[in-house]
Amino acid sequence: MGKIVKVSGPVVEAEDIENVRMYDVVRVGELGLVGEVIRLSGKVATVQVYEDTSGIRPGDKIENTGRPLSVELGPGLLTSIYDGIQRPLDVLRKSGGDFIRRGLTATPLDEKKKWKFEPLVSKGTEVSEGDFIGTVPETGIITHKVMVPFGISGKIKEIRAGEFTVSEIICTIETPSGDREITLKQEWPVRNPRRVIRKLAPSDPLITGQRVIDTFFPVAKGGTVAVPGPFGSGKTVVQHQLSKWADSDIVVYVGCGERGNEMTEILTTFPELEDPKTKRPLMERTVLIANTSNMPVAAREASIYTGITIAEYYRDMGYDIALMADSTSRWAEALREISGRLEEMPGEEGYPAYLGRRLSEFYERSGNSIVTSSDERRGSITIVGAVSPPGGDISEPVSQNTLRVTRVFWALDASLASRRHFPSINWLNSYSLYREDLFQWFNKNISEEWSTIYSGAMGTLQKEAELQEIVQLVGYDALPEKEKVILDIARMIREDFLQQSAYDEVDTYCSIKKQMLMLRTIMHLGKAQQEYIEKGLTMSQILGVKARGKISRMKEVKDAEIEQYTTQTVNEIDEELEELAGDKK
Amino acid sequence: MMGISYRSISDIAGPLLFVEGVDNAAYNEIVEITLPSGETRSGQVLESRKGVAVVQVFGSTTGMDTKRTKVRFSGSTARIAVSDEMLGRIFNGLSEPIDGGSPIISSEKIEIVGNAINPYSREEPSEFIETGISTIDGMNTLVRGQKLPIFSGSGLPHNQLAAQIARQAKVLGKDESFAVIFGAMGITSEEANFFIGEFKKTGAISRSVLFLNLSSDPSMERIVLPRVALTTAEYLAYERNMHILVILSDMTNYCEALREVSSAREEVPGRRGFPGYMYTDLSMIYERAGKIRGRNGSITQIPILTMPGDDITNPIPDLTGYITEGQIVMSRDLQRSGVYPPVNVLPSLSRLMNQGIGKGRTREDHRGVADQLYSAYANGKDLRSLSAIVGEEALSKSDRTYLKFADAFESQYVRQGTGEDRSIERTLDLGWELLSVLPEGEMKRVKRDHIEKFGKWKKE
Repeated sequence: MGKIVKVSGPVVEAEDIENVRMYDVVRVGELGLVGEVIRLSGKVATVQVYEDTSGIRPGDKIENTGRPLSVELGPGLLTSIYDGIQRPLDVLRKSGGDFIRRGLTATPLDEKKKWKFEPLVSKGTEVSEGDFIGTVPETGIITHKVMVPFGISGKIKEIRAGEFTVSEIICTIETPSGDREITLKQEWPVRNPRRVIRKLAPSDPLITGQRVIDTFFPVAKGGTVAVPGPFGSGKTVVQHQLSKWADSDIVVYVGCGERGNEMTEILTTFPELEDPKTKRPLMERTVLIANTSNMPVAAREASIYTGITIAEYYRDMGYDIALMADSTSRWAEALREISGRLEEMPGEEGYPAYLGRRLSEFYERSGNSIVTSSDERRGSITIVGAVSPPGGDISEPVSQNTLRVTRVFWALDASLASRRHFPSINWLNSYSLYREDLFQWFNKNISEEWSTIYSGAMGTLQKEAELQEIVQLVGYDALPEKEKVILDIARMIREDFLQQSAYDEVDTYCSIKKQMLMLRTIMHLGKAQQEYIEKGLTMSQILGVKARGKISRMKEVKDAEIEQYTTQTVNEIDEELEELAGDKK
Repeated sequence: MMGISYRSISDIAGPLLFVEGVDNAAYNEIVEITLPSGETRSGQVLESRKGVAVVQVFGSTTGMDTKRTKVRFSGSTARIAVSDEMLGRIFNGLSEPIDGGSPIISSEKIEIVGNAINPYSREEPSEFIETGISTIDGMNTLVRGQKLPIFSGSGLPHNQLAAQIARQAKVLGKDESFAVIFGAMGITSEEANFFIGEFKKTGAISRSVLFLNLSSDPSMERIVLPRVALTTAEYLAYERNMHILVILSDMTNYCEALREVSSAREEVPGRRGFPGYMYTDLSMIYERAGKIRGRNGSITQIPILTMPGDDITNPIPDLTGYITEGQIVMSRDLQRSGVYPPVNVLPSLSRLMNQGIGKGRTREDHRGVADQLYSAYANGKDLRSLSAIVGEEALSKSDRTYLKFADAFESQYVRQGTGEDRSIERTLDLGWELLSVLPEGEMKRVKRDHIEKFGKWKKE
């Protein structure tokens, strides 16, 4: 048995641990705190401990479990809330009370609950790794597909239908190296990606119901997004909105070093909200990983791996997963803290030199993939990572390393947030490298005008930024009428289209069709105004057009009525303008 | 181990002692240090390895030597005795009474490094606290269980504001036991006297617990003080079902003490010399605010910090803002133009506002009015800087009304007396009154039926 020789915060050094290997999980001290070996040097092993080490002293024992940090995968993951090392927080509360005491243990999956298993294969079928052998109805939304674990292939020797716990044997597979018994649950080491056959190019958008995202900066299913922003700019609200409304099958939300009350908000609101597709509670498609800022820092480092491994498992079933990581900066700070305690040579701003590699390894676990199985099925993981740059300055290492590997950038802007322009995604600085790829989809599935409307709107916003500078110098009145129209339309795009209230019952989700109709109406108005300006009207006359007021109310119109509403608005605008021009003559 | 004394200090560096020959000191263990003069001080183990323990002294190392100073390891981590009798008393940062009264005797001894609340056990804070201050109630609503810091600067009236909040705060329609815990870290005796005087004047002193570490007191005590204060708060909130308001002032001094220890340990510094783990460290203080399902009490925190050089990107306000549920930002410009409280609402925020407002809590139009005021004021302020360049004449007529609005907003909505306790209805109505100078057609943030019900526009 090993003995501890040094304690410094979450880092412990120990001697003589039996058969110790890198990344083995160990149990530290009398309380059996969970730790992981992160460095070996002679007979001394350095361990990062996932719980508070107060009271641990040199001479205390340390035991090797002989296994790497792993998660349990099986039915029951959905609707659960775990800490960074997959301890179920609801179970911990029952056994340990309202505060997380040290040394508590609990199995991630309920060992008592019986699941209804229905085989998809029968005796004699040849199966290989990743193949479905049966299904379990996990929640009202998701059917859990039971797969042959990696590394096993052979002939089904026995398989039974019925009610089973996650540890009971449901199937036996005859393999060249002997019989293998299969249970509903399997284990997977979190630091190893679950391999896929190949990755595909992104083709479909992840529809989020957020106008600025879907229309201007869309993300593809299987894509990666960086969301950097200073505090108060609405990162968390964006992440919450996506978890609520994105059209992925499953959402894995990793609250990594953030606020406790935010996790509580998800826990209280998600069971009440309906999934727009199935009308079932949103919680039924959600897995929560909550390692708040005051929970142990090493477990924070592990939390995003726990999250992505669970996401990969469901991807392997052929589902589309959206993984929210809030915030990757806190994860990077955990790395930095551990690295500092190891007295490693620091890289930029004290972060370890391997920060960039670790970040890109994480984002590389996303993707639209043909998963491991013999039936060529497809699944995807989209990663949306929030970044919290100090002082909002994205020249710092975590933001920069993230931007190098992600393809969509939603730049959250404090000055927009302070005037309550939400979502505060800056339209000039943000980008999406998927846009060109996704135009095809939008043009085909929504409207052929899509790319034209988009370019018109984006062009107007860019032009506005230039004109603003001129206004700063000469004042608004000195502008030619045609440019006043551009300012007018840009303002409408900003206020009546880009701004969207997450707290308004109707506006919180905007269907892609409604987005198109709204923007088309605004762009139509712009074109009409330009025409009538050429016919001699002035902007101050046009401002009197009453139907313009209807544009700002488009947000409040329900999906079913929007088509009629916008058609009517367009007609009224045209009529009023016509009338104005007539009066003038 | 317990009770063994060592006289084997090898180094004394800043607030740190290196004790040799110690084989098994526990991490975070409390030690008692006896000086050659017979005086005793306490400290805590920061790092322990075979042969050496690194001890951080709470207090100064003045008078310590490497030969005769004794270090005794207590065998336990830092704990304090807590009881109801702490109400009305004054303590130092180590929870020792400094008001001349007897020490607290209690069988309840609690570790001061609190365990994290299980996120699953938390209850979403949603009870509106009326502070009687329009900029807070109307636009950055405080709710029970929230942590809402005041970002201030030196010379700004943050203490007056905090005292006013402590005096006026109430939950509408409820009569429950309520207490204030005040933790002072490195503030001047004048500031401390202000608070004590304020609490005495209003009679609040009998339901307050004060922990004082003045600027002349040992800086290392500042690291323990907020933990001691919050441990007391947790006891009163969760064991005694009280609603606790914790005011911590000044967090900047706390962070500086943290930096002092870090640099004495020769750790790799993060931004501006602050340690890389400051985020985690601060979160272990701030995250102790909250409510727990099935328990009656709550802890609401108002930490005060002075931003060095009024710079909000300084690591202290920056990291704080990432942990707390919003911030109230004070502005020197408003202070200069004579507005009290000089709250700049634009960078201020309350993240839990939505849970605490609306129908049944405050009023159904609350969200809309607040958003409309925000956007109108932001617009007005932009135009103010624009008019400084091009002159007011170059602005359009509509722009000039926004300028007027911004002025009225500052002088009527933001400004109020130190004793003025505005009800939430008054605050909301005042918002509508101010908005009514603007064209009704530009009210895009408020619902149409709210305009009809509460709006002050003349009906056509």
